[in-house]
Amino acid sequence: MSVTLQAEPFDPGALLTAFAAGRAETGAIASFTGLARAEQGTTTTLELEAYPGFTDAAIAEMVAAAVGRFGLQDALVVHRIGPIAPGEAIVFVATAAAHRRAAFEACDHLMDWLKSRAPFWKKEVGPGGARWIEPTQQDRTDAARWDGDPK
Amino acid sequence: MARVLLFGRLADIAGWRERDVAAGTLSELRATLAALDPDLAEALSGPSVQVAVDKALLRGEATLSATSEVAFLPPMSGG
Repeated sequence: MSVTLQAEPFDPGALLTAFAAGRAETGAIASFTGLARAEQGTTTTLELEAYPGFTDAAIAEMVAAAVGRFGLQDALVVHRIGPIAPGEAIVFVATAAAHRRAAFEACDHLMDWLKSRAPFWKKEVGPGGARWIEPTQQDRTDAARWDGDPK
Repeated sequence: MARVLLFGRLADIAGWRERDVAAGTLSELRATLAALDPDLAEALSGPSVQVAVDKALLRGEATLSATSEVAFLPPMSGG
């Protein structure tokens, strides 16, 4: 299990290759890469603020919960902080399991929780000024899919 | 004395994101900040602002030491 917050850009392909290496008992790896959108030119920079030691601990708890719930062999989360340009990767999640269903579902679940519950503060900066972002109703609805009976 | 950290829009309102404040409890700290900046104090008292002392969320009062770190967390954006 690994959680990294970093200001530097990352290469999702390289992360996936490294995550997949040397796994004789893993039958399935699912991954997700989130990119920063330009929002039709209204956003020139996304600024992501984290609380070091608090944000990474909260994400590590989410990852540990997902590992337990879905029986994962391993999971990786890499998240950018600081200024991010449109088109750059902002988040990378990879999950490893014996079989594909667990890997897919855990990756989906982790992204829903990251989008709705991870302690980041996100500001969209564009020609019209800057505004702080909160989770959308869709983000909350997506995350709520995982509430209730654990599978 | 405690180290105060502000995040998100709270830092925009205050014009700073980190400073040391002399206070023995959380309520003393709030009172000191209120005397310095009423706008910030109002923003900090909102129901959507969470407080973490030494990186643990808490509600209500807390005793602060010289090395305490008090973070005010506005609604989180998610990743």
